[in-house]
Amino acid sequence: MNEKRMLGDQHFETMIAEESICNNENLVYQKPLKALYDTPMHYCPGCGHGVVHRLLAEVIEEMDILSDVIGVAPVGCSVLAYNYLNIDMSEAAHGRASAVATGIKRVLPEKYVFSYQGDGDLAAIGTGETIHTCNRGENILMIFINNGIYGMTGGQMAPTTLPNMKTTTSPFGRDVKTMGNPLKITDLVAALPGTYYVTRQSVHKPVNVRRTKKAIQKSFEYQKEGKGTCFIEVVSNCPSNWKMEPLESNNWMEENMFPFYPLGDLKTPNGKENKND
Amino acid sequence: MRELKLMKGNEALAEAAIRAGCDAYFGYPITPQSEILEYLSYEADRRTGMVVLQAESEIASINMVYGAAGTGKKVMTSSSSPGMSLMQEGISYIACAELPCLLVNVNRGGPGLGTIQPGQSDYFQSVKGGGHGDYKLIVLAPSTVQEMADFVDEGFKLAFKYRNPVLILTDGALGQMMEKVELMPQQERTFEDLGWTTIGRKEGRNSNAITSLHLQPDQMELVNIHLQEKYAEIVKNEIKYETIDCEDADYIIVAYGLVARICQKSASLAREKGIKVGVIRPITLFPFPYDIIREYAGKVKGMFDVEMNAGQMIEDVRLAVEGRVPIGFHGRMGGMIPSPEEILEKFEEKFIGGSK
Ligand SMILES: Cc1ncc(C[n+]2csc(CCOP(=O)(O)OP(=O)(O)O)c2C)c(N)n1
Ligand code: SF4
Ligand SMILES: [Mg+2]
Repeated sequence: MNEKRMLGDQHFETMIAEESICNNENLVYQKPLKALYDTPMHYCPGCGHGVVHRLLAEVIEEMDILSDVIGVAPVGCSVLAYNYLNIDMSEAAHGRASAVATGIKRVLPEKYVFSYQGDGDLAAIGTGETIHTCNRGENILMIFINNGIYGMTGGQMAPTTLPNMKTTTSPFGRDVKTMGNPLKITDLVAALPGTYYVTRQSVHKPVNVRRTKKAIQKSFEYQKEGKGTCFIEVVSNCPSNWKMEPLESNNWMEENMFPFYPLGDLKTPNGKENKND
Repeated sequence: MRELKLMKGNEALAEAAIRAGCDAYFGYPITPQSEILEYLSYEADRRTGMVVLQAESEIASINMVYGAAGTGKKVMTSSSSPGMSLMQEGISYIACAELPCLLVNVNRGGPGLGTIQPGQSDYFQSVKGGGHGDYKLIVLAPSTVQEMADFVDEGFKLAFKYRNPVLILTDGALGQMMEKVELMPQQERTFEDLGWTTIGRKEGRNSNAITSLHLQPDQMELVNIHLQEKYAEIVKNEIKYETIDCEDADYIIVAYGLVARICQKSASLAREKGIKVGVIRPITLFPFPYDIIREYAGKVKGMFDVEMNAGQMIEDVRLAVEGRVPIGFHGRMGGMIPSPEEILEKFEEKFIGGSK
């Protein structure tokens, strides 16, 4: 109770402070409202999905490609991405986003096309499409949100769930002997000749947010040059199904997910991989 | 100028797709329809720039169709029975999102891996909604190589008129057999902004979304009501059938596709014996020509349904006849094609009794 009051007061003080600095020359950040609808997202507090949406919107606005970009939403928590991004979007069947994106790109090769998928979508039910889209080198951007769990359906085991990690369908922890090992699909696609740029990032800290944004931007530039598939894995969190507070989930992600899914480039055009710290 | 060619059904269909100005084909090899993909791979791109892509599976093909159809381009896929089964989830999405596209099923005998010989055992899957949810495809059933070709352009027109997937339901025999075919002249590939499509958000409008998700049940019901109204409109406008020697007939055989042609032979054999038999051939399987069958049911002594399956369309024939006259059935399964003589024999067993 006490704590909440304090927060409330603090908030009030910030508001006053904000008013006095609210003039244009002090503007450091603005919601990218051309590419993003001004509407609350349904994501749980602290979830990475919303951040990645915003980054996409920022890049699309900054590159001024609003009328030239088409996105594909998956089945997963981000199924409603088209309600947030004010760009033309297609909502794919579970796992098939990269096939849908392929269909769009093949008939509209001048447009920028991206798919956006969770780990269940991209690395379980859609593994075939993922591998073959990348192997054909479809000239699209694939964004892959790896939160190690099936968020939308309530926290079942994903192909990326860590060994011993508890989920509703691995209630005693993922036993790799019977449930298989977590699939590092990003490493797999990096090995395919069709991919041009493959990187693994996160959005839990400002520095990582900036890196992910840069990766999205570069991917669209490569797409313009017709280089082939760009693939960005974002190691993310699912506070709700991990049953953690947002901050706790980010710490848990750093401690447990990053050692298994190390951040950094897996494949770059000049062959020099950037290992993030 | 008339352009006559001798072509396989599958090839005629592929050639017709190029000439109709089709923009893209996505498919996966399966007998007895691989000639479509093969023919297009060789001919399409260099002639019209049409996209032809061999996908990694039928699941991928149908979802590529979903993506490409959402741009308003003319897109299609083809397969045969097991491949069509794999596509059903995608077809349900396409029907709900109301995407115009052309699907082709060169039906082979099933169930399971079955046989590569012709069948009509995918009738239920095609006309009753093979995937989940309440939806309908417009289903065209050619009975000649000529119709295999003609129904491509016709199919695209219907697909765009109603924003609905159209299925050409044919079989392995029609796909493989060669006949004379007259081809339409090459149409230009055109592209139009249809307003609802995902082609990049134009200035002055908000984003378009292609989706089949409506989480609120009242919204989802409205979508369903809209679909049902559309299907009713299709029923009102698009029923097609052929009647052959029905005017004076005492008996009528109902059959579709290749089987209808075989039955025509049976009917003329019957007439040689003095039994007046006519044939009704449904051309659209959805919408089904209930009315004409009902009308004749009031005039004849019996109806006889013939199919290359265990009896699927007969359920619709029964719905049309509503018990007015007896209905006989003869079906061959597993890739077997009935002969005119065998059909006549079964017909006589049912209706003429001992008078052989
Ligand atoms: C064919 C099919 N199978 C299963 C489902 C149910 N389903 C919806 S989302 C989902 C998993 C989503 O997990 P993920 O892709 O990791 O996305 P997240 O919600 O974690 O972002 C499943 C299994 C479905 N919609 N369709
Ligand atoms: S369930 Fe998990 S992935 Fe889904 S919105 Fe909530 S936190 Fe994000
Ligand atoms: Mg997930």
